[in-house]
Amino acid sequence: MASLLDPILQGLLLGGLYTMFAIGLSLIFGVMRLVNIAHGDFIVLAAYMAHAVLVATGWHPLATLLIVVPVMAGLGYALQRVVLARTLGDDILPPLLVTFGVAVIIQNGLLSAFTSNALRLPSRELETASLALGSLNIGVLPLLTLAVAVALIFGLETLFARTAIGRAFRATSDDPETATAIGVKTPHLFALATALCFATIAIAGVFLAMRSNFDPFAGPARLLFGFEAVIIGGLGSFWGTLAGGLILGVAQSLGAQISPQFQVLAGHIVFFLILAIRPRGLFPKTA
Amino acid sequence: MPDPLLSIDRLSSGYGDFQALFDISFDLQQGHVMGLIGANGAGKTTLFKAIMGLLPRSKGTVHFQGKPIGGAPANTLARLGLAMVPEGRRLFRSLSVEENLRLAADHGRKGHWDLGKLYRLFPILEEKRHQPALSLSGGQQQMVAIGRALVANPHLILFDEISLGLAPVVINDVYAAMPDIVGSGISAILVEQDIDRVRKTADMLVCLREGRKALQGPTAAIGKHDITVAYFGE
Repeated sequence: MASLLDPILQGLLLGGLYTMFAIGLSLIFGVMRLVNIAHGDFIVLAAYMAHAVLVATGWHPLATLLIVVPVMAGLGYALQRVVLARTLGDDILPPLLVTFGVAVIIQNGLLSAFTSNALRLPSRELETASLALGSLNIGVLPLLTLAVAVALIFGLETLFARTAIGRAFRATSDDPETATAIGVKTPHLFALATALCFATIAIAGVFLAMRSNFDPFAGPARLLFGFEAVIIGGLGSFWGTLAGGLILGVAQSLGAQISPQFQVLAGHIVFFLILAIRPRGLFPKTA
Repeated sequence: MPDPLLSIDRLSSGYGDFQALFDISFDLQQGHVMGLIGANGAGKTTLFKAIMGLLPRSKGTVHFQGKPIGGAPANTLARLGLAMVPEGRRLFRSLSVEENLRLAADHGRKGHWDLGKLYRLFPILEEKRHQPALSLSGGQQQMVAIGRALVANPHLILFDEISLGLAPVVINDVYAAMPDIVGSGISAILVEQDIDRVRKTADMLVCLREGRKALQGPTAAIGKHDITVAYFGE
């Protein structure tokens, strides 16, 4: 029993990172039914951006968030206004195709700018610091990742439930035409949602880069984990996304106990099982 | 005579290649209530959507308070003071009663109507303000839909079949609010199947038939026979 406690705990901590990957996907799917295939590649782009800031300034990786978050949010706003807005409609295929194209462009752009060498954000003492909890060791960085992921979920949930802009997000998600007719500027609102999504992408990128190596082609796997977390949790629910991220993390961690090669596959199997039993995820928003 | 509040001149519109409205023209004066009648499929809802900027106008002009509003998106028109109570109410399902109203108030204009005055007009809404909007009865949902238009303090409200699917006694409750609404200076266009009710409420009538204007005039000057002819043709 005690031997399972540690992998479960490590899995929950890993789930914090997967939740970070998933939050932005959950957000823009919830508001405008858009699936961004380039989501993982933007996470990697943010990681490269943080690396460039770190090289130029010598700041701590966490301090690069001060630059990477606003820049990515601005990029998200512009991407929605200039590109994605033209693809939204009754047909779900155009946004998939366009963001797939964006993903390819980002991967090859990063490859020619930074080569395929793997990079990492050295987070100095944060990388190795750990807390002792009885017989268990908890890494400070994974713990911080989980805490930030939970804070992001809580913040977005509160924003959606309690603020005027959150009301507008929910109303536009329910019925964009009626929302427009009562005066909601839907193009601006969609771009704000994308900007928020990209702010979470920036945070996810920096935490990913502090924890593991990344290269120009690291994006699609991040998209996959984020996507699985969203689907396990149920579309449209932020707390569900957190649950989905944690379940995926624990599944992978337990799978790795069986065999290191089994880690990723175990996550996919749990994803598949949950989808087979509850096709709408664990906590779908009742529609 | 001052500029009409709403002036429509040879307006045509439709869905894609399908033309649903042909050369519609009429003026609505400030403070007046117009009844827009016609059989199902005559183009009444299409006309509302074309006025609100929710459908492209293929031809003709729309002036609101003397200014042309052709081509403006719906959210701009809402800010200018144009509101719609859509057919089927279209309340936001994930918002409570009060959130539906607040959203409209946030994006509307300041003026006579606020949540407090609305709750005095429809006290039941205050009682149920924290419930999900779609958990209310049909009549109460209609009050929310009307309230959503009112708290934006528009100059003109387009009411699309507000009695549809409601019991007669509930329809009476909903229509009982009309004098207060018009009394606050809001003009209205009313799409309604119940001709007698329209005749009691509206100052003027426009009847559409197959996308064309079949009849127009002051309510007092139009007899039942005229309406029958306009509905079904000679």
